[in-house]
Amino acid sequence: MKKTLTTTVPAALVALGLATAAQAEIRIGASVSSTGPAAFLGDPEAKTLEMMVEDLNAKGGINGEQVELVLYDDGGDANKARTFATRLIEDDEVQAIVGGSTTGTTMAILSVAEDAEIPFVSLAGAIDIIQPVKTFTFKTPHTDRMACQKIFTDMQARGFTKVGLISGTDGFGASMQAQCKDVVGDYGIEIVADETYDPKDADMTAQLTKIKNADGVQAVLNPGFGQGPAIVTRNYRQLGIELPLYQSHGVASDSFIELAGKDAAEGVRLPGTALLVAGLLPESDPQKPVVTEYKAAYEAKYNQPVSTFGGYAHDGLALVVDAITRAGSAEPAAIRDALEATSGLVGTTGIYTMSPEDHLGLDLSAFRMLEVKDGGWTIVE
Amino acid sequence: MSELLQFVFSGMTVGAVYALVALGFTIIFNASGVVNFAQGEFVMLGGMITVFAHASGLPLPLAALIAVAVTAAVGVALNRLAIEPARGAPVVSLIIITIGASIFIRGASQLVFDKQIHSFPAFSGDDPIHVLGATILTQSLWVIGGAIAIFVGLWLFFTKTLLGRAVLATSNNRLAAQLVGINTKFVMTLSFALSAAIGALGGVLVTPITLTSYDVGLALALKGFAAAMLGGMGNPKGAFVGGLLLGLLEALTAGYLSSQYKDAAAFIIILAVLFFMPQGLFGRKSTDRV
Repeated sequence: MKKTLTTTVPAALVALGLATAAQAEIRIGASVSSTGPAAFLGDPEAKTLEMMVEDLNAKGGINGEQVELVLYDDGGDANKARTFATRLIEDDEVQAIVGGSTTGTTMAILSVAEDAEIPFVSLAGAIDIIQPVKTFTFKTPHTDRMACQKIFTDMQARGFTKVGLISGTDGFGASMQAQCKDVVGDYGIEIVADETYDPKDADMTAQLTKIKNADGVQAVLNPGFGQGPAIVTRNYRQLGIELPLYQSHGVASDSFIELAGKDAAEGVRLPGTALLVAGLLPESDPQKPVVTEYKAAYEAKYNQPVSTFGGYAHDGLALVVDAITRAGSAEPAAIRDALEATSGLVGTTGIYTMSPEDHLGLDLSAFRMLEVKDGGWTIVE
Repeated sequence: MSELLQFVFSGMTVGAVYALVALGFTIIFNASGVVNFAQGEFVMLGGMITVFAHASGLPLPLAALIAVAVTAAVGVALNRLAIEPARGAPVVSLIIITIGASIFIRGASQLVFDKQIHSFPAFSGDDPIHVLGATILTQSLWVIGGAIAIFVGLWLFFTKTLLGRAVLATSNNRLAAQLVGINTKFVMTLSFALSAAIGALGGVLVTPITLTSYDVGLALALKGFAAAMLGGMGNPKGAFVGGLLLGLLEALTAGYLSSQYKDAAAFIIILAVLFFMPQGLFGRKSTDRV
């Protein structure tokens, strides 16, 4: 119960009466999935937003005006997300919305925000959110297509032309599998084995044996999320496969190394964000100050490690704050125009430069190719 | 050859996990005719409690023992608080109560523990055993051994002990069992405690292989249920064979056909078996005297 209280009580208080007390403020709305199946996404997102707004106000707000965050927990339910988006716009009269932890909730908020012409920065992964470009919708997380491109770039550089694919059948794995197969041709790489597993499966040695015996296979890629990739990694070592193993950004966290085991994870490569390796970044890295500051603040306040997902919320709010500052106005239309003109904004996920054709604004440099060495991460590039 | 052997090893590893879960269904079903859909949650609790007790510094065997004991207590509580008050209700209602209990336990453990994925070290290290070019983890042997031990134990319990026969008698006719002096209330409590303990023990054994989190129970229960149905619900031999068979079917389909059709192929065969043998492979024919 504690978890729901901490997230919903401030939201409820704000919604009940405080909102009307200070009409002059800048009001930013958020609907994230703090509870429910997507809580691992929404919980750090909600905490990040609360922390940042508190900090922002302590520093004097935006252009001298205090900022108010109206935060709702949609529990990962698209219907609730839709209701909250409507409430944010009609009752709370917010000027911008940050949120939508999952692609499902994002799509629900998106249609409401587009109709009401309120700028919306999504925190979900799917490429469909910004392609084709919607006037008022932006997003912060890189897409799985970009992760595929990053991995294939690295494979190409190492001279691999034939790879095996073993994907989870969950939404994340299936989507990335499709995207990877779509772009693989651009890199002169051929997929010689294409296997899948159920995310709750206990053993993938059968699939891996098939991949191992595929003709000419040089490396293996595992698009997946949760415990699947950890089990794949363990089975991979169990079978004694010597080929390089690539994992996806879905498991870019310390707990992956812990679950797969230090020995089994050794040598695994995956695309991750700067936030994961904040301490390893060279001083000259433009993202270093941003990720170090966010990581330190978050870990000090909540006493738990930062996650990439909290970083998405960090960047989402930073984009909106930056847009309002530059626009010098909190009118939704002005915020939208300023968001689209974002240039060189350094976030935890990457450096954002938006344009009328690109409402994500990240390129492949947002991903760092990481390799597990001695139970920790190292940067390959 | 080594390929086939690897598929068989893979199937046996997964199959033994299914068999362990399926065995847990047996006792409660035999005592009351209820398929306990919270069985997967017992497996989850066994794994999760061990993880957290081990993380707090207890040695693994002690942590496992605590997990089994606590889960057995949860089983007894489930019987006392949810099943017993609804005793007059039809079996279908009781089954629905167990579904509710499973949702409740899942939600509670999300708050008591956390939402992360956990594991603890395998009992005899992570080095696989090599046989004719194929490999199997030592933990898989623990799981297979555990499933065999529980199977033998249950078989002896139901066929050789008075208490086991009392459980069967209670299932057959509660009133008649009471009339011949069987304490049916105690039998029900015992069967929930034993089922929960078996589930928890299964959770302890499989966690180093499958990993665990608050929501693993549902998937395990479904596969275990399928295995138990295939073998014949209520029969320990059926649960054991059904589990291994289901695991082997999945692994061989993944290996020789396609991993995309792994679950589909397994369930088509289950449906085919149940079509011709509605009681499962080893199920008792029920004869009702009119």
